[in-house]
Amino acid sequence: MSREILAGIVRIVLIFSVLMGIVAYMTLMERRFLAFFQIRKGPNRVGPFGLLQPLADGIKLFFKEDMTVSHANRFYFLLAPAVSLVSVLACFAVVPTSPGIVVADLPVGVLYLLAFSSMGVYGILLAGWSSNNKYSLLGGLRAAAQMISYEIPLALSVAAVLVLSGSMSLVDIVKAQEGLWFAVKQPLGLLLFFVCVSAETNRTPFDLLECENELVAGYQTEYSSMKFGLFYMAEYAHILLASCLVSLFFLGGWNGPFLPAPILFLVKVFLVFAAFIWVRATFPRVRYDQLMSFSWKVLMPLGFLNLMGTALLAVLAG
Amino acid sequence: MSSSLSLFIFLLLAAGSAAAILLVSRRVGRRPLTAGKDVPYECGMLPLEKPDPRFFVRFYKVALLFVVFDVEIVFLYLWAVVVRDLGWFGIVEMFVFIAVLLAALLYVWRKGDLEWE
Repeated sequence: MSREILAGIVRIVLIFSVLMGIVAYMTLMERRFLAFFQIRKGPNRVGPFGLLQPLADGIKLFFKEDMTVSHANRFYFLLAPAVSLVSVLACFAVVPTSPGIVVADLPVGVLYLLAFSSMGVYGILLAGWSSNNKYSLLGGLRAAAQMISYEIPLALSVAAVLVLSGSMSLVDIVKAQEGLWFAVKQPLGLLLFFVCVSAETNRTPFDLLECENELVAGYQTEYSSMKFGLFYMAEYAHILLASCLVSLFFLGGWNGPFLPAPILFLVKVFLVFAAFIWVRATFPRVRYDQLMSFSWKVLMPLGFLNLMGTALLAVLAG
Repeated sequence: MSSSLSLFIFLLLAAGSAAAILLVSRRVGRRPLTAGKDVPYECGMLPLEKPDPRFFVRFYKVALLFVVFDVEIVFLYLWAVVVRDLGWFGIVEMFVFIAVLLAALLYVWRKGDLEWE
């Protein structure tokens, strides 16, 4: 009995370590890809092809001055980056890479995901509020308004997936796509989901909370050292989560030919991540009023339309 | 091993690693700070006043609308999972519900509360 629990713990620690490793190397992948988009080399000096760069960055951040801005609310100032990271990492507990490899296949996996991923707003809002800096406060408020606005169309596009799968377990959702990927049945849903997670993860067309040239990095202006590092880890973990979810909900998860399940899934995840980088390299930032009205006036009606159409067709088809 | 226990261990691991990173960074980070480094960043100026905790009413409106619509979506989720079993009864029930929601959205839209001005 205790051996079984020990084996379970080892498995969880292994999954967690692989997850953290992938998050670290996503920073390198993004920097290299962006460099190629802009016809430069990117970080290539530390180790072969710059492969030790994430390690070097981490060590550097650990030895930086660990500052706390004066008159900051110390407790929340320290809590904010931890909340950001933990809320995103917690989501990975229900993300399966293949039928066997998952920490916990909850029957309410999708609800769990939405609950924890929206906790990320607290981290950013607390960081902005406790920093005693007007740019941070403004960045935090903007971020919160943006993230909650895009959460509604996001939830609507996921609801359409639930109509097709008939289950909230992520393993069941992937199993429901064994014949045909949901991307084929849900092209509009995929588009909505992709746009909304871009906004939720604060990627470039929607990166208004950072806006380095207006808000001097927004909510994280006053953060240094590994506190800043935690925000960055959270951000990349969030993008990894988004890529995983696009693959699981729409691209058939581990279903497909040739490759073994977990590897095929990872290939899909990295292709989706590459698409996110491509979007970042291509689009300029939108204006804040455009951002907000796009969510409420375009995405939300489309989300309702998509959900109603999907439900109607599902019932018609029996 | 039950899935709730695995989940608990995973959450513990995530929280523990975040706390450990913060602690280690506090131990090995350079200090003491030179004077003036802990002043809030203001592009080189000394800040004249503390940031105003009041915020634009627009943010408040967005928060209110979010609460209204997000609560409705909780109902939609439960419905979405079982809609194929419910058949036409479920479709009619929920379309009436969504129609009411869309009417509310239209009202807010016409009232101009979706404008960011």
